[in-house]
Amino acid sequence: MTLTNRSKVVSNKKFSFWEMIYLPAIFKGMAITISHLFRKKTTVCYPEVNRPFSEVYRGLHVLKLDDQGRERCTACGLCAVACPAEAITMVAAERKPGEEKLFREEKYAKVYEINMLRCIFCGYCEDACPKEAIFLTNRTVPSDYERDGFIYGKDKLVETLDKRVDVSKRQTASVLEFKKDKHHKHNQ
Amino acid sequence: MEKIIFYSLSTLAVFSALMVVLSKKPIHSLLYLLLCFFTIAGHYVLLNAQFLAVVHIIVYAGAIMVLFLFSLMLLNLNIKEELQKTVWMRIIAVISGGLLLVALVGVLKGLDTSAGPMLASTQIGLMKNIGNVLFNEYMLPFEVASILFLTAMVGAVMLGKDEEKVVKK
Amino acid sequence: MLYIIYKLVLITIILLVSLGIAMYATLLERKFAGFLQDRFGPDRAGKWGLLQPVADGVKLFFKEEYMPNTADKFLYILGPSLTMLVALLTSAVIPWGPSIFIAGTEFSLQVADLNVGILYVFAIMSMGVYGIMIGGWASNNKYSLMGAVRASSQMISYELAMGLSIASLIMVMGSVRLNDIVDAQQGWNWNVIYQPVGFLIFFICALAETNRHPFDLPECETELIGGYHTEYSSMKLGFYLFSEYINMFVSSAIISTLYFGGYHFPFIDKLGLSPNVAAIVGLMIFFAKIIGFIMLFMWIRWTLPRFRYDQLMRLGWKILLPLALLNLAITGIVILATQ
Repeated sequence: MTLTNRSKVVSNKKFSFWEMIYLPAIFKGMAITISHLFRKKTTVCYPEVNRPFSEVYRGLHVLKLDDQGRERCTACGLCAVACPAEAITMVAAERKPGEEKLFREEKYAKVYEINMLRCIFCGYCEDACPKEAIFLTNRTVPSDYERDGFIYGKDKLVETLDKRVDVSKRQTASVLEFKKDKHHKHNQ
Repeated sequence: MEKIIFYSLSTLAVFSALMVVLSKKPIHSLLYLLLCFFTIAGHYVLLNAQFLAVVHIIVYAGAIMVLFLFSLMLLNLNIKEELQKTVWMRIIAVISGGLLLVALVGVLKGLDTSAGPMLASTQIGLMKNIGNVLFNEYMLPFEVASILFLTAMVGAVMLGKDEEKVVKK
Repeated sequence: MLYIIYKLVLITIILLVSLGIAMYATLLERKFAGFLQDRFGPDRAGKWGLLQPVADGVKLFFKEEYMPNTADKFLYILGPSLTMLVALLTSAVIPWGPSIFIAGTEFSLQVADLNVGILYVFAIMSMGVYGIMIGGWASNNKYSLMGAVRASSQMISYELAMGLSIASLIMVMGSVRLNDIVDAQQGWNWNVIYQPVGFLIFFICALAETNRHPFDLPECETELIGGYHTEYSSMKLGFYLFSEYINMFVSSAIISTLYFGGYHFPFIDKLGLSPNVAAIVGLMIFFAKIIGFIMLFMWIRWTLPRFRYDQLMRLGWKILLPLALLNLAITGIVILATQ
């Protein structure tokens, strides 16, 4: 019984004379290696050449503001629950009167931290978010000398008004439609 | 010039030969022996016997000493495990050393040093001349020596073989 | 006086050229490896990575000097020095090119025209193992010792076959002077045509004696960490690594001298060049041959996997040695028959 058609039957047959002196096999191998000399190289010379990122690359997170510049996040904690690496922590707070311009909902995240050393960039937080607040973007997490530097708080995660992060490529109509699926409890 | 080289080589040769005996570590004495071989090869070169010098290095320094070093490295000889020197051993050592000294003195006394270097020609050490002498005058001893080596080789192979297998066959 | 000054200058030039070629052989090796594996190899230091050997050298010099406290101090330092010395010694007898004539005086491009040239090369090559053995033993480390033991047994095993292949070459040539051997190979009379089996044996043994792949069992990273140079760091390690490339350069030079006509090239005498121009062209041709062989060494390294130890011994004693003996016998019979 064969599971695949690629399996090879191993045999212990005696070598013929030409196989025994190894030289033909050696020359064959050398011909193979030398043919690689003229092949196209697969190396991407990084600082000069950048490898193109996918439009929906899952990189550094962003906490979106709505069109009036208010934070969308309501600190429901679904992203933290969904996170398989347990990288997200948050502290919720109640919106005080007079802060309506800053926060869209009555509850907001006072502290919102993602540990980038724990994060595996799976994008489950993005899927879980009912408020369209967190997205992964095609930016990468820069390197750092300290571990503390990899815990990203709201100062680094929330987008600023003058530098909005474009997530229209990943927030397509079909994605929005998918999120309305009743299978996801939070959409009920 | 030649004299300076001769004397410095000789000093080095005697010094290294002494160090072979006096060194505590076997590996050190072996390396001194190697140095001694090189100085002797230098003497051959001074006598215009380059072939002899090179063969001396190839055979003694390049092959035999490598084997010696090879086995010494695996022995792991420490000073602690050195043989116990009993009184009897010391007495025997003194007697045999004294006998060697007597023999050496006797040889030196019988040596005629007045004639100086007795080289028939300066070309005697060249490869062609050595070959001619070896294969004309000393043909029989040469071949007997090679047979001796062959016997030694066969013996070594026999010793190296697994005894049970030899018996079975 | 002029003679001595000329020889000193020549020695200095040959030393610098050997070191320079060995330096750039390291870069060539890495570039070649890269290209054979669909990569570019080092290309950051300077244009096409041309400054990479310099960067490596500087790095090795500034690395921490480390010495195991149980090591034999003197021998530990002697090991790499001896390896380097022996690697450089061989180039003294290689005829690099025809003589150059300046104002009627002949300037030979060979440091020493020994009348036992080949045997000298052979003797020095057999010395090469001492540096490795001493260094490996003095490190007082079991991996180093294993590397040293492997190096010595490998060297002894392959020296025999190498000596016999040289012997059959000497029988054909009738001389052991390297100059005579080169001059006998004018035109197409390359020894490789008369001694193809001898060349093959010599080449395989040269690979083994320089500890190149697939015979690099003394350093064998996967089994012995780094073999004899496990405990070495800084420039002492650099000497070991560097002497391998010098050995490779010298071996290539010896192979081209013995089997590929040295500085001779077919049709060179038909071009009607003046002796000096012909000497320079011959020198260039010789170096082209050497670099070709260095490339071949590298090509083999990046193609063949390492031998297993028993395979190495079997190849040396049961295949190469009888083959070399057979070659010797056949060469003798042919010479007798044609006389």
